[in-house]
Amino acid sequence: MVEVFDVSKVFGDYIVLDGVSFKVDNGENLVIFGRSGSGKSVLLKCIVQLMKPDAGKIFIDGEDVLSLSLKKLNELRKQIGFLFQSAALYDSMSVRENLEFPLIRNFKYTRKEIEAKVKNVLEKVSLEEAIDKMPSQLSGGMKKRIGLARTIITEPKLILYDEPTTGLDPITTKEMSNLILELQKDLNTTSLIVTHDPICAKIIASSAVVLKDGKIMYEGDINSLTTAQEPFLKNFFSR
Amino acid sequence: MKSKTTNKYSESVTIQRLSEFFLTIAGLTLFSIEFIKNVFLPPYEFGEITKHMDELGVKSLPILGVTGFIIGLVLAMQSQPVLQRFGAGSFLPSMVSLSVVRELGPVITALIFAGRVSSGIGAELGSMRVTEQIDAMEVSAIEPFKFLVVTRVLACTIILPILTVYVIFIAIFGAYLAILLSTGMNFQLYVNSVVRSLQFSDIIPGIAKTFVFGFIVGIVGAYKGYNAKNGTAGVGKASTSAVVLSSLLILLMDMVLVKITVLFWG
Repeated sequence: MVEVFDVSKVFGDYIVLDGVSFKVDNGENLVIFGRSGSGKSVLLKCIVQLMKPDAGKIFIDGEDVLSLSLKKLNELRKQIGFLFQSAALYDSMSVRENLEFPLIRNFKYTRKEIEAKVKNVLEKVSLEEAIDKMPSQLSGGMKKRIGLARTIITEPKLILYDEPTTGLDPITTKEMSNLILELQKDLNTTSLIVTHDPICAKIIASSAVVLKDGKIMYEGDINSLTTAQEPFLKNFFSR
Repeated sequence: MKSKTTNKYSESVTIQRLSEFFLTIAGLTLFSIEFIKNVFLPPYEFGEITKHMDELGVKSLPILGVTGFIIGLVLAMQSQPVLQRFGAGSFLPSMVSLSVVRELGPVITALIFAGRVSSGIGAELGSMRVTEQIDAMEVSAIEPFKFLVVTRVLACTIILPILTVYVIFIAIFGAYLAILLSTGMNFQLYVNSVVRSLQFSDIIPGIAKTFVFGFIVGIVGAYKGYNAKNGTAGVGKASTSAVVLSSLLILLMDMVLVKITVLFWG
């Protein structure tokens, strides 16, 4: 589904990504671990072309995303969901308008179909009562769940999560992680999750990649990672 | 020794500021080219354009109305004794209307509009940029440039000439009030004097240049906001610098357009 080959990204003198390569198969939930500033979010942004890598190749469903025209890239993006760390809800629009926006702009659904989809995703994230609220009236956890609802409303094949549980308390973190896992099973999506939250990773991940100093220092099974004795890896899960 | 160091420091600051200014102008030019490329391509966001025309234009009516009224009133009050000193008191309606139509109306309206709208666009788009809302649009296959920038710039370009006509009418009315209070001039006589003194060559260039001013207000605000960085501080900077740059460009462009107008129409 996603193949990243030898991707590098440099900001000034700072090498953020240094020849990163990995592969995510269909239906897999891959967690990308790493300390703050280790380039995890940059890697996600490179995958959806919000940033251009300085070197390397990225393939999604066999398509080289770096060589796509804007029109073709947008066609591909319609099949990808992206949950931002801040949820990135459009603050001039109500929750309903936020959810309707990608459907109205990119698909040809009838009014009734759009309303049914909005109701359905709000039920999934248990926030039906928030439909007419503005983003400023929502708590941090509610914003993340509405962000998730907006991400899944277009039924993407691939979902990228940028720190989906950062800033949430441990209970909400577990709820959010379980919700992501349920949705992944319901929609049969492939997920790439950037996080440094071990609770979230243990619940969601089927496999993991750990980034350190711009390079991959671990790639493999999540269970082996949680029991690893290497000091850097052990520190992540000793909290 | 100390003054040499200070001189060197101020020189390097001046050079840095100048290079920043020219970089901004280059960036603004590329941004305008991107606008021109996008403006003719579908989808045409008519709904968004009218929404922005309402938000940016119609909501500017009160402040512009008050400004226009005061300009007309003060201009008549200031000019009357001077014209009377030269025995030209009867030319007051003509002088006021020509000043307002050719220069004061378009420029003052554009400057007030820049203060209100360019900063608003800068702050709104800047805040969308730093909170990743623009990225969210892009990743959802919605072209943010078209949806956010093109619609706002077009709305400004279309609405400013209309607002200018509104300000001109109110300013001429304000001037009449001042003349009425001091000389008791009949309204019909005043209107006849105004209409007789104005020609198409006064009205058309005056209104036409406001399309350019409207474009400047929209494109500068959008450019500053769309390229904002460094969090909330960046949003504030985008908003302030949008007003400063758009006001400066309006005045510079006015100078150029007045020269062109004089060349063609005299």
